[in-house]
Amino acid sequence: MKINQQKCVGCGNCVPVCPMGAIYVDQSTTRATINDDACVECGACFRGMSTENLNPTMVRTVRKVAKFLRFRFEPEPDVCPTSAFEMHDLEMPRLIRQIFSDPVVEHKSTGIKGRGTEEVKTNDVNPRVGAGEVGYTIEFGRPGVGVRFFEIQNMTRELARNGITFEKKNPITHLMTNTSTGDLREDILQEKILSAIVEIKTEITRVEEVLRIVHDVNDKIDTVTAVGISTRCDENGEDKILDPLLEELGFVHVRAKTNMGLGRVTNQIELKKIEEINI
Amino acid sequence: MTNTLHRYGSAESFRDDYIIFAIPAKGLNDDDCIPKLKDFLRICAKHNPANIGNGNRSSLAPEKGLKPSAHWTRNKKPDWNKVIDEVGKSGTVSAVFAHENDAQACFDEVVKADFGLSVNMSTSVENAKRVAKACGVSRHSVEYALPFNDPHDHLPNSQVLELSTMCGHGMVSFNFAKKMLDMVREGRRTPEDAAATLVRFCPCGVYNPVRAKRLIEEACKEQR
Repeated sequence: MKINQQKCVGCGNCVPVCPMGAIYVDQSTTRATINDDACVECGACFRGMSTENLNPTMVRTVRKVAKFLRFRFEPEPDVCPTSAFEMHDLEMPRLIRQIFSDPVVEHKSTGIKGRGTEEVKTNDVNPRVGAGEVGYTIEFGRPGVGVRFFEIQNMTRELARNGITFEKKNPITHLMTNTSTGDLREDILQEKILSAIVEIKTEITRVEEVLRIVHDVNDKIDTVTAVGISTRCDENGEDKILDPLLEELGFVHVRAKTNMGLGRVTNQIELKKIEEINI
Repeated sequence: MTNTLHRYGSAESFRDDYIIFAIPAKGLNDDDCIPKLKDFLRICAKHNPANIGNGNRSSLAPEKGLKPSAHWTRNKKPDWNKVIDEVGKSGTVSAVFAHENDAQACFDEVVKADFGLSVNMSTSVENAKRVAKACGVSRHSVEYALPFNDPHDHLPNSQVLELSTMCGHGMVSFNFAKKMLDMVREGRRTPEDAAATLVRFCPCGVYNPVRAKRLIEEACKEQR
């Protein structure tokens, strides 16, 4: 992400907009500037802000006059008056920042936008978490903190060391050079992203152990984590296993994503495959 | 993708927050899913949603090339049709409801429409259970949100967190949520204006402006 210094008028509207706090008004140039190391290429500034196409010289003059007169104009807080943000084509390894941080960029390994996967959202069609199993989405960096890949690697290595396997159709697994050790690609380790999700699955008996690992590793890495924990309901739509277990372990879990079970396979090619399997 | 799981708040604070979304499973039911996704959104639009989205566009989106008069005449009206028209490829589409009876009526109609797509509800565990029961549906799977682990004390106060985490992709920054709260406290914006400003940063369309307005009003009352 770049801010065109010829266009920027230093109004500062964009400064609080950045989720990573990477934008500041440089006192020497009086223009907004981006700290490239802190920027995760999420596009919140470029896409999220509304824009005007005002003449920068005219805006600067008006601002100077208003400042002299101690006149305070109250503009809309989400508008860049001169459309100064410019998105540039990125190359690896920096491109990885955009892939994991910009929600409208599709991840090629999963075909899904953002850093996640279908999780249990399609569990009724694509069974990933079966009866007696527990799925985990371990999210790093969100809300509002960000994370570097070497910090994620600390977690994936520890999970792998404990014999836990990773969901194959997940962007982080796709970046592993060795899924049995949890090692990630060397060239991306220092890159910072808004967030990433590691997905794993275990038997119900390992819930306490996994949550303890997440907690212990999080103590050693300078970010936040948020765990989503899922299971399949019984034939009556009840969860009589994970819900009471979380209660017993003292985890507050008031919010959930609930798959209502309305999905089914409708693609013709898949129906043929299913018929073949049945034959 | 609509990462709506980790919204911050108590169960009670989700009383006006019901998100229903449809998602095709890649390679299994995504053939010819665009008309179904559009029909899903059309049903949602009939039941008084607070917002709808198609993964790329919210019903109240950023505006490019505004005229200077926009500072006095800013559009705050959601545009459902643009969201529906711009569903161009397989992906998650969603609607946010602020009232349980609207969410329930919408879900009931979605069940009857029988699209064959996976349909999820993101809200409190109990809210979803009630809606499923009322519509005669058995829940298939459930993913619970556990509280944030924040051992290094990075996170801001609960008022900012509640506003910021309504964009699951983190596009509503802590600083901007705080700025909106401060502007309302100082009488420089109405809670409704502030909520409409925040919603534009969430491109998926899952930000709930009704809940945001209520949270801002409550935060400002608390300070008095």
